[in-house]
Formats: sequence, structure tokens, C-alpha cells
Amino acid sequence: MNTVITSDARLRADAVNLGYGDRAVVRELSLDVPDQKVTVIVGPNACGKSTLLRGLARLLPPASGTVLLDGRAISELPTREVARVMGMLPQSPVSPEGITVRDLVSRGRHPHQSWWHQWGESDTEAVADALRATGTEELAGRDVDELSGGQRQRAWIAMAVAQRTDLLLLDEPTTYLDMAHQLDVLELVATLNRDHGRTVVMVLHDLNLACRYAHHIVAMRDGEIVAEGAPAEVVTADLLRDVFSVEASILADPLSGTPVIVSHRTVQG
Amino acid sequence: MIAAPPRTRRSPRALRSLLPRPRPRSRVVAAVLGAWLFLVVVTAVALSLGDEATSPAALWAALQGRGPENTVYAVLEVRLPRVVLAMVVGAAFGVSGGLSQSVLRNPLASPDVLGISAGASVAVVAVIAIGSLGGPVGVVPVPVAALVGGLGAAALIALLALGGALRGRRILLVGIALSAALTALTQFLLTRIDVYDAQRSAAWLTGSLNARGWGEAMPVLVGVAVLVPAALVLAHTNRALLFEDDVVAGWGVRPGRARAVLLVIAVCLAALATSAAGPVAFVALVSGQVARRLAAVPDIPPLLAGAAGASLVLVADTVARTALPSQLPVGVLTGLVGAPYLLYLLQRRRSTRGTP
Repeated sequence: MNTVITSDARLRADAVNLGYGDRAVVRELSLDVPDQKVTVIVGPNACGKSTLLRGLARLLPPASGTVLLDGRAISELPTREVARVMGMLPQSPVSPEGITVRDLVSRGRHPHQSWWHQWGESDTEAVADALRATGTEELAGRDVDELSGGQRQRAWIAMAVAQRTDLLLLDEPTTYLDMAHQLDVLELVATLNRDHGRTVVMVLHDLNLACRYAHHIVAMRDGEIVAEGAPAEVVTADLLRDVFSVEASILADPLSGTPVIVSHRTVQG
Repeated sequence: MIAAPPRTRRSPRALRSLLPRPRPRSRVVAAVLGAWLFLVVVTAVALSLGDEATSPAALWAALQGRGPENTVYAVLEVRLPRVVLAMVVGAAFGVSGGLSQSVLRNPLASPDVLGISAGASVAVVAVIAIGSLGGPVGVVPVPVAALVGGLGAAALIALLALGGALRGRRILLVGIALSAALTALTQFLLTRIDVYDAQRSAAWLTGSLNARGWGEAMPVLVGVAVLVPAALVLAHTNRALLFEDDVVAGWGVRPGRARAVLLVIAVCLAALATSAAGPVAFVALVSGQVARRLAAVPDIPPLLAGAAGASLVLVADTVARTALPSQLPVGVLTGLVGAPYLLYLLQRRRSTRGTP
């Protein structure tokens, strides 16, 4: 495929169609993921957010169109090479029975290892750094099964951090977490982006949190992008009515200045 | 080109010294070494026991071809081939069971459940039946029939399970259904043949090492020598497969392809072992679980499962050969030795940790 790449974004979708079997979920979608920014994909249930993320992470091959990583079709790159550049955390992953946090986090080194080079100094360092960055050092010896939801999610993010990828894709990392743990996880993501320059793409349900933590919001409906841009530009009363079928007022966060949504009632289609 | 990932700050030395290294997995290494040491001891004991017991000194001499001629003959010509056969058959079953259990993420997944045994059995009984019912006798040797039957059943399961992902539950259910059908066919054939042939079939169906030697051991030995190193090379991938597909794919492993390759290795090992010794009961299933518990890790190290299988079959066969009044088929003993040991491990585990 010799398409001329005009954009210099490292991760791009070019007119992708994604679906399961005959069911098309994402249609003719094109997206440039801004480098070293936090991009949040929002939209009502079943709009194709997670499907798009799985497509970007090459977990779901597109029926047509191309996902490009560093200008090359991701489907044609060696999977291990992709895994060294892009990490993916699925929604509420299940860990095997009896695995410790340290073991889980060290699995993130998988793409950097092979059967003849199983563990090195750089792996030890990456795991220690990941445990520290996510505040999971004191949990390292415990079984993942025994942890609370928030701790478990931090351990999984530590795994993705240990993978040391420039790009990180997270599918609803705050699901099932209470308010404090949601903030903890998103602060952690913001830190990874700010201090380590990681490009983050995540799917979030909570629009207020999305506005607060995203540099770039992608609003989807029925498998298509309806609007994208900075939260303050994208999140408007019109968008909420058109995309989420909700009548709402938009205020400004007194601390961060980002949009805050106060929903009033649903509107019929 | 893909840029190198940004380096994060080095953690302070004091902190890092508090964090034990996750590798080498010292417990696993200790368990593997212990298991192989145990196997060496069992092998020495098995070589010493027979119609007449041999002292350790005499055994050492006999192994080098020195000492009284009848002792050398007993050790090298009578016991050694059988001991080697027991070990390679056990190791092949053990590695096979460990691989299928970890790949399909199910402790019940073993070659017996996957239909290898049932396929081999029906093929062997069919060959015997053809002879019994007046057809040509011995056109297809029993080991060849068993190998073809076992691999055929595996291919059939792969075909039937296709369409769905190559995942634990579906492939197990297909295997159980196919096993039931093939076992019914075997039972039917057994009713049609004469008593002598039925008895011969029954002995084979239990799994036995009686009157077997280098001829049976060699193909399995070659298979083990090729397939076990392959499993070890893939152990790194095997460990990743404990996780769900999306996570595994995120690490750069293609889960479907990796599972298929590992299952093919497991199936070939089981089919080879079955061709040499018959479907020895329970070895594959119990070895994987014993290995997993000895190593105390979620995955099943192939070297440990292999040592467990080899030890189990060797102990069972040595007991069957020497301690009992009549030579029982080894398959009777593997269940009797293996099942209580697994139950013991399960009990001990339950008392210290939640679920077994």
C-alpha cells in the first residue's frame, strides 16, 4: 500500500470499517491521534467507541481501510514490534488465579523478551519504575485476586506502564471504580502523559472526567465521529442533545476551567 | 522508524533492593531440580529391582557392562529398555497434559479428554477386529494404528471445533462428545470379536508396558527429543496464554496461532506415547496439576510436568512389575498412585489458600 501520508501523527485510522461478522459497527472512520496528548473517545452506549479502540490496537482487523502506525499499515507490522510501541489495556481484564502483582506487572516486559533472553537488568528496572509510578510497590507481593477494584486497576496500568510504550490505549480504565479511585487512575494517566510524554487514547463514559483530562475529545455516534477537538470547543449543549440525547447546561469548572455538564432531562431522538 | 521508548528515571538503589526480582523464578527452578533428582533416584531403584535385586555397587558396574553376566543382562537387556520406555511415555504424557491444560486454561483438559485416547483405542481394536473376523492379521502394526487413530481424532476435533475460537470450553466439549462416540464404537467392536482377542484388546486399552522394549521406546524417544525442546522454546509464549486474548495480543503474541502450535505439540506427544504403551490412565491429567502445585505458579512448567509424568509411570510400572503377585498393566497402577497424590495436594492447598 503506497498511500502518501500527509499527516505526521504516529497513530492514524484511514477510512476504516470495523465490525463483528456481518454487523458493521464503525463506518468509514478516519482519525489522527495527536502525539503526546491525551485523547478521550466518548459517545453513548453501542456507538463503537471500544470497537474503534480495538481497531486502533489491531485487536480487530478492519473490514476495509487501514490503521497506520508510524506511517505503516499496522496489520503488516510484526506484532511484537507493535507491542513495543503501543500498549493496550482492555476493559476490566481478568487475571489468572494465583498471580501476584509483581508477576502481572513483569508480564508487561513480554514484547521485550524472547525465549533465549528472558529477563535482564532493564526489565527489573522497568518493573520497579512501573510499580513506583503507579503506587503499587507495597502491593507487589500480593495476589491480584485479593485486591480492591482500584488497586487492581492500578496494577493493570502498572503492567501497561512496564511495557514502556510510547502509545497507550485504555478501554474504560475507570469502570467499577468509586469517585476517588476514578480520579486516582486518571491522575496517573495524566502524569504518564505529562512526565513521560506518552500518547494516551482512552474510552471514558463520564463526560465531566473526559473534559477534565482530555486534550482532545472524539465524540462518536452510530460508528461515526460527530465532533473532535479541545473539550471546550467540542462539548456544547447542541452536541449533548444530538449525540447523547440529553438536555444540559455547560458550566466552567471553577478550578480547571474545563467544561462541566449539568444534565437536565433526556430528549426523544 | 519506531522511536525508542522514553526512559523513565532510575529508581533509587535503596528502593530496588527492597524489591525481590521476579526472575529467576527460584521456586520453579527448585521444584524442577527436585523433581528430576527424584526421577534419578526412582530410576536407580527401578533398575535395581527385578526377579533378583541388584545392589547399588553392582548396578553401577552393570551399567558400565562390568560384573556377572546375568546381572549385566538383567539390568541392560531386561530392565533398562522398560525403564526408559516408562520414562519417555510418562514424560510425553506429562508434558502433553501440562501443555493442553495451560493452553486451554482448564485443569480438565488432557489428551484423554481431547479424544486422543479414544481415537487410538478405536483404531487398535479395529485392527484387531479385522484379524479376528477373518481379515488379514497384522497388516497394520498396533503402534501405527494407535498413532494414526490418535492424530485422526485430534484432526477431527480441530475440524469440528473450527469456526469457534480455539478456546477451552468449546474444544473440550467437542472432545468429550467425540470421545463418547468413539468409545461406544470401541465397545461395539469388542462385542463382535472372539474372547482371546477381546482380552488382548482390553490389556492394551488399560495401558501396559509388559513385553515392550527398545522397539516401542525409540519412536517416543525421538518424538520427545524433538517436541519437548520445541515446547520449552515456546514456554515464554505459553506463559502469556494464561491471560485473555486481548491482553495477550497487546503483548505482541497472536493467541490463536500460538495455541494451535502448542496444542499440536501436545497432541503429537500424547499420540506417540499412546502408540507405545496404550492409553495409560490419568498420567497426563495428574502430571500437569502436580507440576502446577509444586511450582506454585499459575502456569505449568513443561520440564516439571514431564518429570512428574515420568516419575508416576516409572513408579507405577516398577510396583506393577515387582511388588505384586501377577504383573498388572501399568494403567491400573497410575490411577491408584496418581489420584491419591493429587487429592493430597488439593487438600493441602485448600487448607492454606482459598480455592484449589
